[in-house]
Amino acid sequence: MAAVQGGLVDAGAEKDIKSEQSTDGWANNNNTNDGRLLSASPGSNASTGSNSKTTAPVAAGDTEDQQTLLAVLQFLRKNKLSDSVEVLRREAGLPEDLLDTKSGDSSGTGSGGAAGSADTEAGDSSSLLSRVTISSSTAAPSPKKALSGGDQPDVSVVLSAYSQQGDPALYETYYSGLKKFIESVLDCHRAELSQLFYPLFVHMYLELVYNNHESEAKAFFEKFNGDQECYYQDDLRVLSSLTKKEHMRGNETLLDFRTSKFVLRISRDSYQLLKRHLQERQNNQIWNIIQEHLFIDIFDGMPRSKSQIDAMSGSLAGEAKREANKTKVYYGLLKEPEIELPLDDEDDEAENEEGKPKKKKPKKDSMGSKSKKQDPNAPSQNRIPLPELKDSDKLDKIMYMKEATKRIRLGPDNLPSVCFYTFLNAYQGLTAVDFTDDSSLLAGGFADSTVRVWSITPKKLCKVKSAADLNLIDKESDDVLERIMDEKTASESKVLYGHSGPVYSISFSPDRNYLLSSSEDGTARLWSLLTFTCLVGYKGHNYPVWDTHFSPHGYYFVSGGHDRVARLWATDHYQPLRIFSGHLADVTCTHFHPNSNYVATGSSDRTIRLWDVLNGNCVRIFTGHKGPIHALAFSPNGKFLASGATDGRVLLWDIGHGLMIGELKGHTDTIYALKCSRDGEILASGSMDNTVRLWDSMKAFDDLETDDFTAATGHIHLQDNSPELLLGTYMTKSTPVVHLHFTRRNLLLAAGAYNP
Amino acid sequence: MAEREERRFAEISRESVKFMAESSGVELGDDVATLLAEDVCYRLREATQSSSQFMRHAKRSKLTVEDFNRALHWSNVEAICGYGAQDSLPFRSVKEGELFFVEDKDINLVELALATNIPKGCPETMVRVNVSYLDGKGNVEPQGTVPSAVQSLSDDLLTYYQQITRAILGEDPHLMKVKSVSHDLEQLNRLLHMVKSLVQNPYLYLGSYVRSLVSSVMYCILEPLAASINPLNDHWTLRDYAALLLSHIFWTHGDLVSGLYHQILLSLQKVLSDPVRPLCSHYGAVVGLHALGWKAVERVLFPHLSAYWANLQAVLDDYSVSNAQVKADGHKVYGAILVAVERLLKMKAQSLSQPAEAASSTYAASGFSHGGHRMSSPGLSPPTEPLSEGTLGIASHLQAGGAGCPWEEWTPVPLPAMYCELYSFFGDSLAVRFSTGPGLGSYPPCTPSHPVDARKELPGPTSNPDTTRKMPQLTANLNISPRHDGSPRTDPAPPSLAATGSMRSLTRSSSSVHRSRSSSSRTGQCSASLSREVFTKARFTSPQTALPAFSFLIGGRQMGRRCQGRRPFQTAFATPASLTAVPSRSYAHKLPVIGRVGKPVHRWTCSHYSLHLPL
Repeated sequence: MAAVQGGLVDAGAEKDIKSEQSTDGWANNNNTNDGRLLSASPGSNASTGSNSKTTAPVAAGDTEDQQTLLAVLQFLRKNKLSDSVEVLRREAGLPEDLLDTKSGDSSGTGSGGAAGSADTEAGDSSSLLSRVTISSSTAAPSPKKALSGGDQPDVSVVLSAYSQQGDPALYETYYSGLKKFIESVLDCHRAELSQLFYPLFVHMYLELVYNNHESEAKAFFEKFNGDQECYYQDDLRVLSSLTKKEHMRGNETLLDFRTSKFVLRISRDSYQLLKRHLQERQNNQIWNIIQEHLFIDIFDGMPRSKSQIDAMSGSLAGEAKREANKTKVYYGLLKEPEIELPLDDEDDEAENEEGKPKKKKPKKDSMGSKSKKQDPNAPSQNRIPLPELKDSDKLDKIMYMKEATKRIRLGPDNLPSVCFYTFLNAYQGLTAVDFTDDSSLLAGGFADSTVRVWSITPKKLCKVKSAADLNLIDKESDDVLERIMDEKTASESKVLYGHSGPVYSISFSPDRNYLLSSSEDGTARLWSLLTFTCLVGYKGHNYPVWDTHFSPHGYYFVSGGHDRVARLWATDHYQPLRIFSGHLADVTCTHFHPNSNYVATGSSDRTIRLWDVLNGNCVRIFTGHKGPIHALAFSPNGKFLASGATDGRVLLWDIGHGLMIGELKGHTDTIYALKCSRDGEILASGSMDNTVRLWDSMKAFDDLETDDFTAATGHIHLQDNSPELLLGTYMTKSTPVVHLHFTRRNLLLAAGAYNP
Repeated sequence: MAEREERRFAEISRESVKFMAESSGVELGDDVATLLAEDVCYRLREATQSSSQFMRHAKRSKLTVEDFNRALHWSNVEAICGYGAQDSLPFRSVKEGELFFVEDKDINLVELALATNIPKGCPETMVRVNVSYLDGKGNVEPQGTVPSAVQSLSDDLLTYYQQITRAILGEDPHLMKVKSVSHDLEQLNRLLHMVKSLVQNPYLYLGSYVRSLVSSVMYCILEPLAASINPLNDHWTLRDYAALLLSHIFWTHGDLVSGLYHQILLSLQKVLSDPVRPLCSHYGAVVGLHALGWKAVERVLFPHLSAYWANLQAVLDDYSVSNAQVKADGHKVYGAILVAVERLLKMKAQSLSQPAEAASSTYAASGFSHGGHRMSSPGLSPPTEPLSEGTLGIASHLQAGGAGCPWEEWTPVPLPAMYCELYSFFGDSLAVRFSTGPGLGSYPPCTPSHPVDARKELPGPTSNPDTTRKMPQLTANLNISPRHDGSPRTDPAPPSLAATGSMRSLTRSSSSVHRSRSSSSRTGQCSASLSREVFTKARFTSPQTALPAFSFLIGGRQMGRRCQGRRPFQTAFATPASLTAVPSRSYAHKLPVIGRVGKPVHRWTCSHYSLHLPL
């Protein structure tokens, strides 16, 4: 009975299709595509990207398509259309025996026969295609049915649902049906299920566009566009501009959408609710999309609230899967090489500096002022090979510690002083700024491809003397480091020429001997600050390199660019050591973890990823930003990460647990600079809105620890306490803040170009 | 749906694609063009979206041409946009219609290359440090503190205020007063647009704010803005727009403030009658009057015209190089007056043509009864000049116009008189504008000619300046000027003016002859040779002997010299002009020369146009 009904329904639908086909040949082909695309069984990886319009090329090489073809051939044979079978087989280049075995397998299925008998015009292979594949899919237990709990849906229902897929007008019905359902469920489930709207909307729209239903796609968009969350507006704008199948090719955003699964986290209860509804309604269209393009991460427990969901969503591909953040991250700091430090005696200093060369082996004695035990969360000291400390590095460490003793303890009651370095007459456009760690040098990258370095101490910048002159120097003298400098070249600033496009980022090496710059010309360049020349051009990105950052231990650096990957380099290798690939859009900012074992990258796909330098794996994915991320900062203890984006919000992340722990709202424009104070009490953020804001990061982090967040589910309860955490807002005079830096004594330096 | 789509994106229409294709010699079918248009739109959006990325990474909030070019470059498209500038290009709108375009001026590279004043190199990029906030304390007061008047506003309104000031004044919050932005046309423009939107907002009751709005709009119309100094700045458009806006405000909200109209007129009048003001202010006043309607023109501009005219003439007649700029401005004013007057006449003719002709009798009476305070009292005027008035046609003289005018003390001038006077100023350029008018003879000639004649005799030799000045003397001048060269202020025209209507036609025809004869020598000076041709063709079918007019013309040379800039237009209106009671010379003396006082006068003698006498 069921089979007969199915046949009737099918015949009715078939007629529709045929009348369409008779009008023109294009429709015919399109239907072929429709059928093939839409009827592809959910579990299998349908070749959705394929645009071929005839069946013959489709068959070539693609197993899925081959199976479809076989199904067609079977059907033809069953209806004694041997001529057509021959022709098709020859066209597709299939061996005869293959067909024979296949046909033997599935000839027993009754539904196919029933459908076939209803069909009168079997010569039209395209019209059959959809139906035959359907019959085969009903016959073979597909993953879809396994998921639907063994509740075998009526054959007729499946058939009718599939044939309706060709009807673009029904998309609206499907969507609004689901919408009605979700709006009617209990509040606690509604928020969770509402997550479905956006990905479904996008995929249905894309399917409409893909199948050349332009006007229906537009209507669909207009009708439901307003329902989507406001933070998807940017993507929706891209989407709405796309109305043609031809445009889908080459549109990266959409490729991402089709190739990657949109991840949703839904509680088991809500999911069951949804499943039941879809089964009742036989809403296979939506179900297919869910199977094909969505990844539903089901968890046990209480459904999440709307605010919880909103906090985590917003990225291009939904939330991170919980498994993605399960890996252990060694976020602890490396043990500092211990250097004997004269704590209070001024005289000792000079003595010590001389004494340094005499190798006070750091590892040996453990009587350092900060008696450091190995942090359980720290990676082993040699997890990644780090450069040996040079003498000059040790000197610098000593300087650092001395400065640290004079450091001002910051806190809510003791805010830092702010010094603003204003770039004047920067008509060419200031694009990047960096300070050295000891705050002695300042570099600016400009849109006119230059990099300029300034000394911000009275000491002027000098080049090293030429080789001939260097030979004349007495190398044994105490002040050899002074002597190698050519005083004639002393100046306040130096200009580095070499790039052929705007310099988007610069980074000083920790030893102040090198400067890195990355540019639109697709290269990163390493400059010597002794000779003020370019040493290496690192080519690899081939597209604009948006950001680059030196490892805190030197030697390594990371760069990220328009090619959607971040690369790890060593200064002495011209090729990257690691390629961190996984972002779905440009890598807009990069940052090294203080222990150099991890790299954080922010992207235009609105996610932040943490990568393990050792093996190149992605160990954390943080979602929650609603715009491209442009600033990252680790807390000095390595436990936390702060990120700033175009949405004007700063988000705080716990690296160990892989959770969002805070949201700092207040900026009104893109945040381009983030920095934690030396002791981590204060987080400073600088933005295009011409302000520097200071946040009580201590409190933000502490609150977290008292909170019992359920690391298992990954749910977070963010309280909206930005006003309490905001310690100060400092205006500039029409000067966007491009960079922030805390000196070793916790004076806050900010930089930007006056922009009248 | 389609409209929403259009609002969301810039669309390129099928027609545009077709036009572009045609311009490169390709014919496109409709389907192809449609497809192409859609594709182009999409590609544009795509490029724009990717270019925004470059903007963000350059840490700017303004998209530049470079960004766009880079986006094109990285998507393997040839960069098509030209070079950008740091400053945004002025976005201009066409007064009529909603058309906006970016001004793209030609730059004369040769001039730039040969320029002697090489611009100084831009100052070195430098870093300056200042301790902004000591221990976290400092000037925490937000920048751009709002004026006290604003502080009383509610939060919503305050945000609104901030948005508006930001939109108008840009990012710098220190520019809060209109006066401080007078160097920046763009800001003024934005201000005006804001005023416009305020005025058009149906939900706003402006009440007493109308007055302040009007005053700021008037500022834009009348003030000699700092931006006007640079001739490249198009402050004219600003003034035009402000004038339009003024009239808009007036018509929509004029009832809110009593006496607004009067006030506006007064201030415009003041500016107009103040010869020290620069020409651009005068221009503003004229367009303002024009925008307020023809009645305003009639009441304010027209009475002042004769006084103003001499002023303008002096400027226009100055051919020295240094005067070029001022002269260009003068032409602007001239054009504005012409347009205003034309409309005045048209409107007046229109308004008069309908009412009954019964009023004809009143005409003469009114014509004679008043006229004391005005230079060209209407009573004297209508020495019907068949040609020109014919164009206006239709018994318009019958009524003393301006019947409904609210300004009591002001007496309207009858149309013909007005026309005559105006004609005396503008000559044929006015006539040409009306050339489509009815037949020549339709106007009954010479009704009031008798009184006219009588009056005419009165002023005698000293007067009739208008006669003389508007004469086609030019030709005469050319012929005989050597004799007069050094001697300014030769004897005024002999009472030849006594010769009436008949004479007139003579003069005219003669002048035309002369004109054509001497046209070759004048080519450089005349601005509208085209109209001249039209004129000749249209009207001088039977040239008569030049001679009788000749002596007459010589007599008129003196004043006419000043009109030389517009010579081709000023063929024959000896008679109408002659009727003005006030000796033109007297006011001509009083008038300081606009722009550069007194200077042009001296130049006459030495310039190669020396045949023109200094006044």
